[in-house]
Amino acid sequence: MIKIRPLNHLVLLLLLLISQLATLGQTAVRGKLLTPKGKPVIGASLAIKNSYDGATTDSTGQFQFETAETGKQLLQITAIGFKPLEEWLELNGNAIELRLTLKEAIDELKAVVVTAGSFEASDTKRTTVLSSIDVVTTASANADVTAALRTLPGTQQVGEKEGLFVRGGSGEEARVFIDGTLVNNFFYSALPDLATRGRFSPFLFKGTVFSSGGYSALYGQALSGALILETIDLPDQRSASLGISSVGLSGGYQHLNKKKTASWGANYGYTNLYPYFQLVKQRPDYFRIPAFHGGDANFRIKTSKTGILKFYSTVQANQLGIRTPDIDSASLKNSFGLSNYNIYTNLAWKERLGKKWKLFLGTSYSLNRDEIENRLQNQENKDQNLSEQPYVSKSFDVDARGSLLQFKTVLDRRLGSGLSVLRFGGEWLYFKDDVKFRDTITRNNLQEDQFKAGFAEMDVYITNNLAAKLGTRVEHSSLLGRANIVPRLSMAYKLGEKGQASLAYGIFYQKPERNQLLLNPDLRFTKAAHYIANYQVINSSYTFRAEVFYKKYKDLVKTFPSTTNNGEGYAKGIEFFWRDKKTIEGVDYWVSYSYLDTKRDYLNFPGSLQPNFAANHTASLVVKKFITKWKTQFNASYSFATGRPYYNIRFDQGGNKFVIADQGKTIPFNNLSLSINYLPAIGKTNAKAFTVWVLSVNNVLNQKQIFNYNYSYDGLTRRPIRPAANQFFFIGCFISFGVDRSQDVINSNL
Amino acid sequence: MKQTAFLLLLMLGSFSLFAQSEKYQKTMQQRIAEIEGAVQNGNMATLANTFERIAEAEKNQWLPFYYAAYCQVMTALLEQDKSKVDPIADKAETLLKKAETLAGGANSEINVIYSMIATAHLTVDPPARWMQYGQSSTAFLEKARAQDPANPRPLYLEGQSKFYTPEQFGGGKAAAAQVLEKAIVLFDQFKPASELHPTWGKAAAQYFLAQCK
Repeated sequence: MIKIRPLNHLVLLLLLLISQLATLGQTAVRGKLLTPKGKPVIGASLAIKNSYDGATTDSTGQFQFETAETGKQLLQITAIGFKPLEEWLELNGNAIELRLTLKEAIDELKAVVVTAGSFEASDTKRTTVLSSIDVVTTASANADVTAALRTLPGTQQVGEKEGLFVRGGSGEEARVFIDGTLVNNFFYSALPDLATRGRFSPFLFKGTVFSSGGYSALYGQALSGALILETIDLPDQRSASLGISSVGLSGGYQHLNKKKTASWGANYGYTNLYPYFQLVKQRPDYFRIPAFHGGDANFRIKTSKTGILKFYSTVQANQLGIRTPDIDSASLKNSFGLSNYNIYTNLAWKERLGKKWKLFLGTSYSLNRDEIENRLQNQENKDQNLSEQPYVSKSFDVDARGSLLQFKTVLDRRLGSGLSVLRFGGEWLYFKDDVKFRDTITRNNLQEDQFKAGFAEMDVYITNNLAAKLGTRVEHSSLLGRANIVPRLSMAYKLGEKGQASLAYGIFYQKPERNQLLLNPDLRFTKAAHYIANYQVINSSYTFRAEVFYKKYKDLVKTFPSTTNNGEGYAKGIEFFWRDKKTIEGVDYWVSYSYLDTKRDYLNFPGSLQPNFAANHTASLVVKKFITKWKTQFNASYSFATGRPYYNIRFDQGGNKFVIADQGKTIPFNNLSLSINYLPAIGKTNAKAFTVWVLSVNNVLNQKQIFNYNYSYDGLTRRPIRPAANQFFFIGCFISFGVDRSQDVINSNL
Repeated sequence: MKQTAFLLLLMLGSFSLFAQSEKYQKTMQQRIAEIEGAVQNGNMATLANTFERIAEAEKNQWLPFYYAAYCQVMTALLEQDKSKVDPIADKAETLLKKAETLAGGANSEINVIYSMIATAHLTVDPPARWMQYGQSSTAFLEKARAQDPANPRPLYLEGQSKFYTPEQFGGGKAAAAQVLEKAIVLFDQFKPASELHPTWGKAAAQYFLAQCK
């Protein structure tokens, strides 16, 4: 008995200690968690550091818990979308009542985005206006990136010339950038009175930003708009592809290493329109059927967890020849032959340097050669050489070679802990254009330009709801011997949870066209100022945008009475966009409408005129529906534009000036296009081959389209400019074979 | 006296150690038992926070982080407002990454959750995200199965996904039933590594199987 006593004593002591531990510390903590505006923060987590004790706020932001901890303890509060908060508590058994405020974290998903002037299409998590799959499934687009953009507000339905005609701007005023660098010859070489397609496949790009004005200081030399394309990263799997269609054949292979850190691939495509032209009659007489060879190669290497090096190169060769009746004589024909070679190479590296810095290095080289052979021919297609006007200028040869080498660097520095960023860098572009022109005499003109630009831009997030982008750009052209400096400003303010308003202002310069510089080497940069206001509501089921803009052109090139920078103009308008994925079950549609009021006095215009590439009203409706039962997607698009003006601007010898001898408006433009995509393998995640069948018809209703008029030399005859054929039909089958992907999965686990 | 004091200290020390792991075991068991009911009573998010607190306090246990990630991704999958899904799924991924580090790599159970996270992202905009998240969700399940063929959860999730996939896409009730039946056989044979290791999914698999018939 006695022996045990000390132990009993000990047990007693121990029990006492334990019971004290258990009861002493029970402190009740309760309170409310609110946003600075007094709204409850729901589902927030409160935790006493290094203990299990804590709580989650309810739907009114209230919380309540008891803790056994004692003394000075740290209460940690976290909630998705909010900045974390820490609070020291003195736990001594007395109930604690707290009233805490949690500030919203500035995060990319919630923060306002500057959207004035720009449409973004990408596959990132963020809700965007168009995704890249939309580009491929827009009925009227036939897998041409820029054609899909023509269903967005701000663009014109121009069928006689390639390019994006943005808000009263000509096709030359919109430029295309791939992975940060400028692309010369984005479109296939120009043909007389026919628009050409873009050279690049939409499948090459994961992100698209289409800016119809007010774009970033990182880009320049485009008065109207910028199309900024970002190429894809590493593919998900190894694959081979094969395509056969009514216009050609294609095949390719894409390799991915086992660690999924590097890939390479190559593709080849051959397009020949001979079989198609046999079936569908074309208006011009193609004496050389269009044939295109295109090969490309790529590699993409992850240089670290955060860095990627991308290389893409394409080599293309194509030729065609068109014969059309000569406008000045019923007995003569005009024959146009084109042979084109094009090389494009792009190498870009992106890397994160530490926590704050990001580096982008890009370089690209392109080379384009157009050999044009224009002849006047008789009815037997024999060349004719006539020495009088206007025929003398109709027989000529052009050998045009253009190359562009460029380097671009952009550094990003994150400011503070939020989203604010300072971005700066520079670019150097070397343009070389060598054009040999021969009609009665041979002229050779070499033009070189070393173009340098420096830029700085700051994204300032004042709060989650208010952001501004302030930028500036300095440019110098050795060809012009001139420099410019411009401001670019934009800001956005969030109104409610989904809505936001943005404003943008900027000045944009662009070099005059090369032919104009040949006439007067002293020409200055042409100039445009943009003012844009935009309102947008986006959520996962619908998007609404309204935008008003005013654009002031200055220093446009006049070619009469002499070549000067005395031209000017304006464009203003209002645009709407509505996209809805929810209201009609399974149907995704968008509608866009643009009103444009524009006039300009440039080239040989006798005064201020609405240019022939601008329609006052343009509208598009795009509808997509996937029918699960048939594994088929049906796409339709309808585009409408009011008639565009046309002019016969003639030189009046007596008055020594240009006058409008004739003018009018074309008939309105209508185009209904349909396309069907049949995907027999969809949903079969283990399918070895994934096949897509595509059938598309442009201008289903066979509506008459007139884009403009050509006038004879004497002004007595005019002839409508129409598409090569009213309709376009396409059928194709594209198969991609995933190369033993199941094996990859097993291997990566061994 | 010295001896007594030493003994006392030793006892107190081992008691608190014992108490700590006892507390961990008990709390985890209680909370894990609450998961099943949380789908109905909407307590998933609260439970996720509870597991996260345990995880942060324990510091070197992967299971509480695993359960926190599981409850968080369930919250994402149950969320009706699709615009909220991405951040919740991102949070689940952050927690799961911690579990992965503590577990010494992504094991079969962890890959199951990665698959569910991809599915959550997919539900936000299926037509646009199918290519990316549909494929990665399937790949994670395949990986989970390859790592542990006895794990019934990859099969259950495959069956559930087949249940929601139209027949034309290789899904449908008949196809789902086949997979779910196999999953239930595995559930019956499944022996968790400890009382705290994942066992969830059987009731749901039975529910979906009943719906197939």
